[in-house]
Amino acid sequence: MAEPCITIDNLTMAYGDFVIQRDLNFTINRGDVFIVMGGNGCGKTTLLRHMIGLQSPARGDVYYGDEGLWRSDSATRQRILRRTGVMFQSGALLSSMTLAENVALPITEATRLPANKVREIVSYKLALVGLAGFEDYYPSELSGGMQKRAGLARAMALDPEILFFDEPSAGLDPITAKLLDDLILSLSQSLSVTVVVVTHDLDSIFAIGNNSVFLDAESRSMIAGGPPRQLLAESKDPKLVRFLTRGNPSDRNIETRQMRSRA
Amino acid sequence: MPETANIPCQIVAHCRANSLEIAVSGDWVRDAELPAIEPVLAQIEAAKNIETLRFSTDALGRWDSMLVTELIKLIDCAARNGIPLDKTTLPAAIQGLLTLVYAVPERVDAHRSQRQTSWSESIAISTAKAIQHSKEIIIFVGDMAISCMATLRGHAHFRRVDLWLYVQECGPSALPIVTLISLLVGLILAFVGAVQLSMFGAQIYIANLVSLGMTREMGGLMTAIIMSGRTGAAYAAQLGTMHVNNEIDALKTMNLDPMAFLVLPRMLALIFIMPLLCLYADLMGIVGGGLVTVNFFDVSLAEYLDRTATAVKMKDFIVGFVKSSVFGILIALSGCMRGMQCGRSASAVGDAGTSAVVTAIVFIVVADSVMTIICNRLGI
Repeated sequence: MAEPCITIDNLTMAYGDFVIQRDLNFTINRGDVFIVMGGNGCGKTTLLRHMIGLQSPARGDVYYGDEGLWRSDSATRQRILRRTGVMFQSGALLSSMTLAENVALPITEATRLPANKVREIVSYKLALVGLAGFEDYYPSELSGGMQKRAGLARAMALDPEILFFDEPSAGLDPITAKLLDDLILSLSQSLSVTVVVVTHDLDSIFAIGNNSVFLDAESRSMIAGGPPRQLLAESKDPKLVRFLTRGNPSDRNIETRQMRSRA
Repeated sequence: MPETANIPCQIVAHCRANSLEIAVSGDWVRDAELPAIEPVLAQIEAAKNIETLRFSTDALGRWDSMLVTELIKLIDCAARNGIPLDKTTLPAAIQGLLTLVYAVPERVDAHRSQRQTSWSESIAISTAKAIQHSKEIIIFVGDMAISCMATLRGHAHFRRVDLWLYVQECGPSALPIVTLISLLVGLILAFVGAVQLSMFGAQIYIANLVSLGMTREMGGLMTAIIMSGRTGAAYAAQLGTMHVNNEIDALKTMNLDPMAFLVLPRMLALIFIMPLLCLYADLMGIVGGGLVTVNFFDVSLAEYLDRTATAVKMKDFIVGFVKSSVFGILIALSGCMRGMQCGRSASAVGDAGTSAVVTAIVFIVVADSVMTIICNRLGI
């Protein structure tokens, strides 16, 4: 059931005259856990910002279904983006509000649910990410991993169809990062949402991704796409192989790699 | 997206032999009219000899968080009554979500109690806070003094280029606003005085009023208030943001004293610049007063200047000079102190800025009154 969910159509991204990536073309299918990978400065996060409506493309467009995000008027764009949720790199919780207020904010802005129902949804979302009982905490009182999970609870507040993650494992210890990966996987299965993850964390890439695109900073274009494990096994591109094997191209067996990282 | 009409959602509980079966049907989505679940909760409470709680979801349509939150209430109620739950008949997706929800038990000590404080309690709390604040001020001044000594002895240092940057920032850049404000204050002083003095035909004394008023009092005071809003708040925001970004901790690990490295050059810049700005404000005020006196009150420019020259003595300038140096210290002190005490969030930086200006203005006005009384008693 390869039903396209997001289609990147001939997208060129630039800051002024400085082109970051040109002519990107790929499709994210409904239900995918899609990885956008690449080295530092290749434009992963910029691509994410184009997809979630924060930055407009130099050329091309991002299609949600058959609606182009950037050629639509702002009302349509808002309607499209309301179906998405974003977890930012450091959580991006509003620091003057408690966790409950942070998660409740999108709900109270977008719906007219009664206050007690909003409270129930907030507790449920916080419980989903393992933060039951932390409603009255301020973001500054939480650890980095907890802030990220709270950011995820806020991203899921309105039951989005598409969840975006910017570097979910950055700044987390391996165990916490693994837990967050598991959480992303089980959420994508239970909620049947489409997940788009921007990351360069190899463990995450192989653990959760079932499709991906690799952006290259030098050639300013995507040089490969497909399931990450398949790319690791079959890719001929030296840059991609170096990236996926952490600079050690002889090491292309996923099982031995996992054994080693577990040891 | 085409909006399909929702199938009305329903929830009914049936008692089977030794289990309670709750049937959910219809579309449980955000814009649906949800049925009341209180009767079902009551049935769970009242149930006797029930061994399992089971759900039947054959007629369930679309669903989202609205359904899951209701299910959680039912399951929690069942758990309180010691009825075990049989999840197997729920859709796999809901089972997955419920597993996640109950995977991490609620931390017992996490919940905050929100109780009302009585007025006597809040008085006690604010007194304790006030004492804490004064302690903080004393500690900060002490730290500052220690850093000053260390710098003088050469144990600590700051970068010269920083000092000149801060001087540039708080001196020349502030000239336009100081010009405007002190010109207008001189003008206002002249008008206020002129109304009274012209009743006695003593317009010529406007010159005394304006020049003495500006040099001894208003020049320094107005400059100080401008600078506390302009520079004091900026210091608090700069240091506060540095604190949020861990920059201050980074300095400490590099064995640089943040007091000497960050606070001292800012303070020196203000102490150096404030008297100069004050002198400039005095002149501008006298010019403003002159404009009014010469144009509206029948006094010639030469008379005005002559009166001013005889009225203002060197000691008046010195009083203004000393006062504005003190104000400079107080502005830098409150700005840097609030910045260094800043919390670690965006709103804390805002609070630091506000609090820096409020503290500075309170300090300035109190210090000004004390110094004015001292000058009066000593006959300066």
